[in-house]
Amino acid sequence: MRALLQRDLRLALRAGGGFGLGLAFFLMVAVLVPLGVGPEGALLTRIAPGILWLGALLACLLSLDRMFALDFEDGALDLMAVSPLPLEGVVAMKALAHWLVTGLPLALLAPVLGLLLSLAPQGYVWLVTALLVGTPALSLIGGFGAALTVGLKRGGLILSLIVLPMYVPTLIFGAEAVRRGAEGADALVPLMLLAAISLGSAAILPFAAAAALRANLK
Amino acid sequence: MSIWEYANPKKFMQTSTKALPWVAGLAVVLLAIGLIWGFFFTPEDYKQGSTVKIIYLHVPSAMMAVSAWFMMLVGSLIWLIRRHHVSALAAKAAAPVGLTFTMIGLVTGAIWGQPMWGTWWAWDPRLTSFLILGLFYLGYIALWAAVDDADTAADLTSVLCIVGSVFAFLSRYAVLFWNQGLHQGASLSVDTEQHVSNVYAFPLWTCIAGFVVLFVTLVLMRTRTEIRSRRIRALMARERAGVL
Repeated sequence: MRALLQRDLRLALRAGGGFGLGLAFFLMVAVLVPLGVGPEGALLTRIAPGILWLGALLACLLSLDRMFALDFEDGALDLMAVSPLPLEGVVAMKALAHWLVTGLPLALLAPVLGLLLSLAPQGYVWLVTALLVGTPALSLIGGFGAALTVGLKRGGLILSLIVLPMYVPTLIFGAEAVRRGAEGADALVPLMLLAAISLGSAAILPFAAAAALRANLK
Repeated sequence: MSIWEYANPKKFMQTSTKALPWVAGLAVVLLAIGLIWGFFFTPEDYKQGSTVKIIYLHVPSAMMAVSAWFMMLVGSLIWLIRRHHVSALAAKAAAPVGLTFTMIGLVTGAIWGQPMWGTWWAWDPRLTSFLILGLFYLGYIALWAAVDDADTAADLTSVLCIVGSVFAFLSRYAVLFWNQGLHQGASLSVDTEQHVSNVYAFPLWTCIAGFVVLFVTLVLMRTRTEIRSRRIRALMARERAGVL
């Protein structure tokens, strides 16, 4: 299991582009939004939580189709399926690796982008916490979507069609937690609901994703 | 005689051939009674005027949009557990019908909302979760269309349907958390005093029954089409193998 995690991390970090791309995209979103809606600080302060969450979500989506596709093409996924490690474990490790190279850096980069979007000062702690708590759900749900679409030619497009509606609860609770935190209101409730989604996803989705992979590898 | 007999496509086709005209006829009769009664023989609401009558399309289609997803969920579970092809095909057949009902619900709601709420669309919890349900239908249909191998497609869409149900349900309550609503409460209920006046309720129940039977009719027809196209594909594959 650890070997698989290390392998995936190494591949993501060294094999060109995959790692920084999501972060760069996140940065782009944060730069382009003020250009689109105008530079007034008050407006930006109001929409910053939503924009940052949307950016994180889309940045996550970008790298999803690579989660299983490369291993599927060169046959590594077949080897993993017949290895002693259960496929559920493979999926969980892949999702963890995906989170470590996208969700975690996104959460750490977010305060800088919050600065660009003039997020209210009380909001920063909540922004980082909410992203740390919520992005694992994004990786897990995305892993399920990637497992469903791994064998498809136009997989990427269908992947987003399947995954984005499932991101709705995460987006709502995540953005709500940051918004309430930024306004100084009690943000603990949405944060706990967000954590519930992440934990629930971690408990259920590896099984669903493994079932989908088995159907695809058959 | 058990229900699993109908898992045999041949048996299903035989029975549905006999049943289809009756079911379709019943749908026509119920809808005709409900809609004509509703549109022409009920009074206009003192505040809403004649726009109240859109309820006869709006409420049944919205109910069926949700029910269709449940039917797909049951079909998917049966496919995953007992591997009956008819069940998977019925779930596939129900999806576009459910999507259509969702669209009817949204469009009639918008047409009613424009004079009543003064807006075609509001980000109200019910409206929003309905739109999201429509997106789930889209993803499900797209996945069916994208996978070439029939059994793999059935497996994948079934898993998607089950997981999607959980997330559609979650979205419903997440949206409620996110915004308080403009939409009125339930129009019909059997156990509370507060619902629409009986003048409207009786034709409405007839329309709902009509929509249920209409849904059954459409799903039966579409399932038969799916079975036939599956048979044609099998025949063509056999023929090609014979030629080679």
